[in-house]
Amino acid sequence: MVKIESGTADNIVWIKIDGEVDASSSIQLDESLHEHLGKDKPAIAVDCAHLSYISSAGLGVFMSYIEDLKVNGQKMVLYAMNEKVFNVFKMLGLDQLMNIFDTKDQVIEFLNEK
Amino acid sequence: MSKKLTAQIALGISILAWLTLSIVDLSNQFSTANNMDSGFFDWLPNFLFLVYSLSVFAFYKSRIEVADRLNLVDLLWKIFVTGMLTTVVSLAIRSLDFVLGGTQLMKNALVVDFLFLINLGLLTAFIIATLVVWKRLILYQKTKRLLMFWAIFEYALFGSILLNLLAIPYSEYFLIVIVALGLLVSVNMKWVAYLSFKQKWKSILLLVLILLYLVYFYINLSTYRELYPYLSLLTNSIFIRAAFVFTSTYAVFSLLVILFNLPTTSAFEQKLNEVLNFQRLSQSIQTETSEDQIFDILLDSAVRTVEADAAWIELKNSDKVFLHEITYDEARQIKTSISESDLGLTHKNLVSGEQSAGVAGKIKNGLYKSVAVFPIRVNEIQEGVLYLLKEVRDGFTRELIEITGTFSNQAGISIANFRMLSEALSTERYKEELKIAKQVQTKLLPIALDTNHDFEVSTFTVAADEVGGDYYDSFKIDETKTALIIGDVSGKGTSAAFHMAQMKGVFLALAQIDLPPAQFLKRANLAISSGLDKTSFVTISYFIIDSAGKTIDFARAGHAPSLYFNKEKNKAEYFKNKGLGLGIIRGDKYSNYIQQSSFTYNPGDILILYTDGITEAKNTDNDEYGYDRLLEVIEKNADMASEEIKERVIKDLYSFCNDKPLQDDYSLVVIKFK
Repeated sequence: MVKIESGTADNIVWIKIDGEVDASSSIQLDESLHEHLGKDKPAIAVDCAHLSYISSAGLGVFMSYIEDLKVNGQKMVLYAMNEKVFNVFKMLGLDQLMNIFDTKDQVIEFLNEK
Repeated sequence: MSKKLTAQIALGISILAWLTLSIVDLSNQFSTANNMDSGFFDWLPNFLFLVYSLSVFAFYKSRIEVADRLNLVDLLWKIFVTGMLTTVVSLAIRSLDFVLGGTQLMKNALVVDFLFLINLGLLTAFIIATLVVWKRLILYQKTKRLLMFWAIFEYALFGSILLNLLAIPYSEYFLIVIVALGLLVSVNMKWVAYLSFKQKWKSILLLVLILLYLVYFYINLSTYRELYPYLSLLTNSIFIRAAFVFTSTYAVFSLLVILFNLPTTSAFEQKLNEVLNFQRLSQSIQTETSEDQIFDILLDSAVRTVEADAAWIELKNSDKVFLHEITYDEARQIKTSISESDLGLTHKNLVSGEQSAGVAGKIKNGLYKSVAVFPIRVNEIQEGVLYLLKEVRDGFTRELIEITGTFSNQAGISIANFRMLSEALSTERYKEELKIAKQVQTKLLPIALDTNHDFEVSTFTVAADEVGGDYYDSFKIDETKTALIIGDVSGKGTSAAFHMAQMKGVFLALAQIDLPPAQFLKRANLAISSGLDKTSFVTISYFIIDSAGKTIDFARAGHAPSLYFNKEKNKAEYFKNKGLGLGIIRGDKYSNYIQQSSFTYNPGDILILYTDGITEAKNTDNDEYGYDRLLEVIEKNADMASEEIKERVIKDLYSFCNDKPLQDDYSLVVIKFK
C-alpha cells in the first residue's frame, strides 16, 4: 500500500511517497511521475522519508524515466531515504545514475545551481 | 424374445384360432341343420374365441409397443388404418351379399355363417386394436392407482369371455360392472393436453372416422342378428359388447374433450413456447460461442413470444446493433419518436441504467403504433436495450412485458455466465502457461555446478508459487578456469522465465570467449537490453575462478553483493565493488558504472552467492532476515563442508521465517576452497 501526494512550490514539483512500493503499487507511482513529466515542466523532487520498502518493480519505475528525463532536460531528485531503501538503490547501481540527497536543503541547493 | 417375433407368433395363433373356430362353428351349424351331433364340445367355440381375442390383443400390443416413440396422432392413425382395412373387407363381403343376394348360395346357412364369422373376426380385431391404443392413451401419464384400475378392467374384460365359456348365469350383471369400470378409466384424457393445435384437428378427424367404423360394425352385426337369428354364436358375448361400449365411449369422450380444448390450445402452446424459448436462452450459455449469439437468441425469442412486427437490440459499449425486420435508419427514427412520446423520460432513465424494468407505450411513427423497451443488464450494469415494435395499438399486455422482462434478465445472466466461463478458461490457460514456464525454468538451472580439485560447490534453490527469475550457472572455460554466474531477473511469471532463458544463452555464449568479468558484463548488458522492456532489468554477479593462480576475478551488475569468508582473518565480508544492473542503460557508458575486482583465495575460504530473496525474506513480525544474520551463520559454520554450510543457512533462514510462506524465490550457492 502506498500513498502518493504531489504539489508545486518554488517552481519544483514535490512528490511525497508514503508506504511500500511493490509490484501492484508501483503502478500508482508510475502514474504520478508520468503526470509531471514533460519538456518545459519544472524539476521533480521525490520525498522518500516515508518510503518504507521498494521492490524491483518500484525500482523499474524510476529506472524507466532516467532516459526520458535526460532527453527532456528535466531534473529529478530523490531525498531523505532511509538506509535500507537507499541500499536497494545502491545495490542495483541506481545511485550512480540518479541524484539522491539526504536533506531537502541539499535538494533546493542542487536544483538552484543552474 | 423380440417384440417382432412375438407379434408374428401372435398373428399366427390368431389366424389358426379363427380358422379352427370357423370349422367348429360351421360343423355345429351343419349338424344342427341336419339334426346331428357334431361331436364337438359346446364350450369349444367360446374357448377358441378367447384364444383368438387374446392372440390378437398380444399382436397389437407388441406392434404398438415396438413403436415406442410413436406420437399420439400416429397412434390414432394406426387404428384408423386398421379400421379402414377391416371395413373395406367387410364392405366387400356385403357387396358380395348384395350381388349374390337371393341366389341359392346366399340362402345356404353355412355360407351366411361363414361370412358372419369373417365379419365377427374383423370386428373383434378392430375393437381389440382400438382397445390397445386406448390403453396407451389412458396410461399416457401413469399413476399407481390408474395402473391398478386398468389392470382390473383388463382382467374383467377378458375374463368375461370365460363367463360365456362356462355359461355362468347372471353374467349380464357382470357386463354392467365392466362398463362401469371402463367409464372409470375413461376419464383419463391427459394426452389431449399435449396435442398441438394442428394435431388436435387431425385427431378429431381420425376419431370421427374411427367412430364411423364402430357404428358401421354395430349396424352390420345387428343386421346379421335380425336376418339370421339362428346365428347364435357370440352375438351375446359380454366381451364384445363391453369392449364395444368402452371403445366407443372413450372415442366419444376424447372427441368432446379435444373439441372443448381447441380454443385454449393456442394459449397453452404459447406458454409452452415461452418455456422453450426461456430454456433455449438458459442453455445458450453452454453452447454458444459468442455473446452475439446470445443477443441473437434473445431477439429471436422475444419477437416470437410477443409476436412483434419489428425489433432491435442496441449495445451500449459498442456500435453493434441486432436488427429484426427493420433498418438501422428506421430504428434511429423510432428512437426519436420515443423520446418525443410520453415514454421519453422513462426511456432516457432506462438507457442510462437508472430504470431496470421494461416499459411499453404508444408511439406515433407511421407503421408502428406501440413499442416496448427493455434494458439488458449484465451484473447490474446496463449494457444494452431491447426494442420491440407492433403495428397495433397497446400491443403489449402486462403479461407479455413481464415475460420479455424475464427474457432480457435471463440473457443478462447468460452473458455474465458466459464471461465468467471465458475468464475461467483464460485463467486456466494462464495457469497452464505458468506451469510450462516453471518447467522451463527448472530445466534452465543446472543440477550441479562445475567444480575442480580446488573447490567444492553446493546449491539450493526454491521458487515461490509463481515462476521467478533466479538463475545460477557455471562453465568450465579450461582445465583451471571456471566461470560462475548468479542472477535475478526482475518481474515474475512467464516473462521472467523468458528473460532468464535469454540470460542463460548470453552466459553460455560469452563465457566460452573467456572475457574478463567487466567485459562480460558490458557485452551481456548490450545483448540483454534489447529484449527487456523499459521497467525490467537483470542483476548478475560474474566470477572467474582460476585454480592455477588461485585467483578470483569478478564484477557485479546490480546483484546482491556476494559474501566472502576469509579463513585467515576468520571473518566474513560483503564485497563492496560498485555495479549497475543489466538493461538500465545501453551503450558504451555502461562500463563507467561497474568495477572489476580480483583477489587470491586460500584453502578454507568460502564464497557465498545468493539472491535477495534470502536477505529480504520476512518473518511474521515483518522483519527482514538481512545481511547480518547471513554473515553470522556463515562465520559460525565456516569449518563445515559446503553442503553442511548450505544446510545450516537454510535451516537458520527457515527458523527465522517460521511458517510464513515465501514471497520470493531464493537461491544459494556455497563455494568452499580446498
